[in-house]
Amino acid sequence: MASRKSNKKQEKGDKYSVLLPTYNERENLPLIVWLLVKYFGDSGYNYEIIVIDDGSPDGTLQVAEELQKIYGEDKILLRPRAKKLGLGTAYIHGIQHATGNFIFIMDADLSHHPKFIPEFIEKQREGGFDVVSGTRYSGNGGVYGWDLRRKLISRGANFVTQVLLRPGASDLTGSFRLYKKEVLESLIERCVSKGYVFQMEMIVRARQLGYSIGEVPISFVDRVYGESKLGGNEIVSFLKGLLTLFATT
Amino acid sequence: MTKLLEWLFGVSLIGVAWGLVTFDLLDLRLPPVYQEVAWPMPVYLLVAFGCYSLATVGYRVATFNDCEDAAKELQAQIQEAKEDLRKKGLKM
Repeated sequence: MASRKSNKKQEKGDKYSVLLPTYNERENLPLIVWLLVKYFGDSGYNYEIIVIDDGSPDGTLQVAEELQKIYGEDKILLRPRAKKLGLGTAYIHGIQHATGNFIFIMDADLSHHPKFIPEFIEKQREGGFDVVSGTRYSGNGGVYGWDLRRKLISRGANFVTQVLLRPGASDLTGSFRLYKKEVLESLIERCVSKGYVFQMEMIVRARQLGYSIGEVPISFVDRVYGESKLGGNEIVSFLKGLLTLFATT
Repeated sequence: MTKLLEWLFGVSLIGVAWGLVTFDLLDLRLPPVYQEVAWPMPVYLLVAFGCYSLATVGYRVATFNDCEDAAKELQAQIQEAKEDLRKKGLKM
């Protein structure tokens, strides 16, 4: 029964490219790769992992090279860049050599757990969705390690976003998503914002262009290693970005 | 139409309707009760929306799922991963 199931997946010819933009993720990278290999391996889907390192000073790239030796160059692809250049361009850079017809984007710091990957894939197949977005806000999605302040800001910001943009997706700033490759390419072309707002703009433009969006509840576990950032500056730039989207889309 | 324009359009429509009723701009001679009710409507609606917003956000914060199990599972898997990677020759 098990082998018939994985043959079916192979026959479908679907391949999933996972884009991992990294900056100073020397500790987390081996762990996220191990988890990806585990869950893709267990579920039988065809995949590759593309590490886009932006010249991390902590040696992330060297660790990535070690991982390549362990797991193979067909499974771990390295597309490094000289310096920190931003998420949109990281995705473009990563997609250029991706051989999959589907693209996963996610954080490399273990806040997004690869165990949801089979759920994303099944959801996509169930509805033929162009985009599947991981949501922390609905179903049994949730977070770990957030204090009251962070939860309040997050829910408050999401509420304002829902009222102003009526986007048809419950979690706009999330960055754990599955895209059809051509959909991701067409969206990146049209998006101009940065940071959190970039992720929001992707969903908003997807709706504008008539793409279908599915959702999968995910758990977001706050940083195991490393520091997190959600200060006043971030909030201000979020609001600026939100108002720009409000006025231009 | 952008969301901003949609909002401006919607607000204008409501504004015109409100103005018409409250100030009797078209000489409709509506019963005075309409005017009495319409006049405070904008403030009333804003306050109602404010209360709704607070209640909704408050509810959502209170019911925000805390993924204790996910965190524990992750910790356990991190240990497992480190062991396995060490065996496979990764220098950590």
